[in-house]
Amino acid sequence: MSRLPEIIRRHEEEIRTNWLAQASAAVRRVDLMSDKEFQTQSRELLASIAEGAQSGDITHLDSAAWSHARELLTSMSASRAVQGFKPSETATFVLSLKQPLFIAIRKELSGSPDAMFDEIWNATLLLDKLSLITADAFLATREQLIVRQQQEMMELSTPVVKLWEGVLALPIIGTLDSARTQVIMESLLGAVVQTNSKVAIIDITGVPTVDTLVAQHLLKTITAARLMGAECIISGVRPQIAQTIVHLGIDLGQIITKAKLADAFALALQKSGRTVVRVSKPAASTPLAKPESPKGE
Amino acid sequence: MERIPILRMGNFLLVTIQVDMHDRLALQLQDDLTQRIAEWGSTGVLIDISTLEIVDSFIGRMLANIAAMARVLDAETVVVGMQPAVAITLVELGMSLTGVRTALNVESGMELLYELRGAFRPESEDEISQA
Repeated sequence: MSRLPEIIRRHEEEIRTNWLAQASAAVRRVDLMSDKEFQTQSRELLASIAEGAQSGDITHLDSAAWSHARELLTSMSASRAVQGFKPSETATFVLSLKQPLFIAIRKELSGSPDAMFDEIWNATLLLDKLSLITADAFLATREQLIVRQQQEMMELSTPVVKLWEGVLALPIIGTLDSARTQVIMESLLGAVVQTNSKVAIIDITGVPTVDTLVAQHLLKTITAARLMGAECIISGVRPQIAQTIVHLGIDLGQIITKAKLADAFALALQKSGRTVVRVSKPAASTPLAKPESPKGE
Repeated sequence: MERIPILRMGNFLLVTIQVDMHDRLALQLQDDLTQRIAEWGSTGVLIDISTLEIVDSFIGRMLANIAAMARVLDAETVVVGMQPAVAITLVELGMSLTGVRTALNVESGMELLYELRGAFRPESEDEISQA
């Protein structure tokens, strides 16, 4: 039976004072957190650790007695992650409790080195576990942030634009994975219904690589659009991508592919029975005069 | 017994599915449709599924079958008005309905049929006659 809970209880005040001094010296960030907030946090945390230790079980931190300490640690590291603390600073805050605790143990058990060693070992284990909880919570918060940003990016990066009556364009930028394909498919099909379009141009200029999986996702999107009565044209196939597609043996079937978005647009107009004609010669002196056929995308 | 009505528009047949398709109903439609095509000598079939919210693999296959059967009887089939969610589901099921022609709505479906069959076709508004 460990005497650690008892030691913590008896020396709580002293440990707290020492800890505050320690932590302040090691990881105080005046720019990120006020003194008062820092002290309140430390006090609450030590109280909850003492409360957990009351149960006598200091090896199983997932038990009910420790739930308060766990919650406090989790919310503390989450808020620190948002405030901009470094992971090491957050972990050090918990780990700096070691020395004050050891001092208390030494005072209590200076007579028997064996018992002292045992308790120090127990305290080390306990604090390591607590700091691991902190690290986990810190990372979880960061990961949530990344996931949210990913989602936002996904929604931002799939615009469907109307080029002409009945002609849609879908410029894809970035890699196509299955989650993104789903978003793209939904927005494309929605736009097809909304704008009553018969042709959709999928521009893959911004797709860095096309492997079998990406091609499969493209084919899925095109098939779904076809089921709704819209024909798809793939444009923006770069020479390297054309080579990759052939080397990988990807069969694009009956799908029309074009090198440039301009070519695809011309074809789409032609399919809807339209054509673009020049009505007058561009004035030679005007610097803003446009070339006869648009070459860029 | 419940049946899906088959309307005759000149050389074409118009089928609007407005109830939830169950398998018996689908088979009945297949039966009726082939009979009508043979009876009236229709050259085109337009199936409107815009109100269908659920299309399973059986209904999907039945649509493909109807198209194939109509082709044997020398009629083109156009499926129109498929909802985005249905299209995504069919693709995820691996059914691309190859051999079935599709259009966004009844209007463009009819246009497509007229185009395919070269029959009389009313001038649509955005068509500008070349002078």
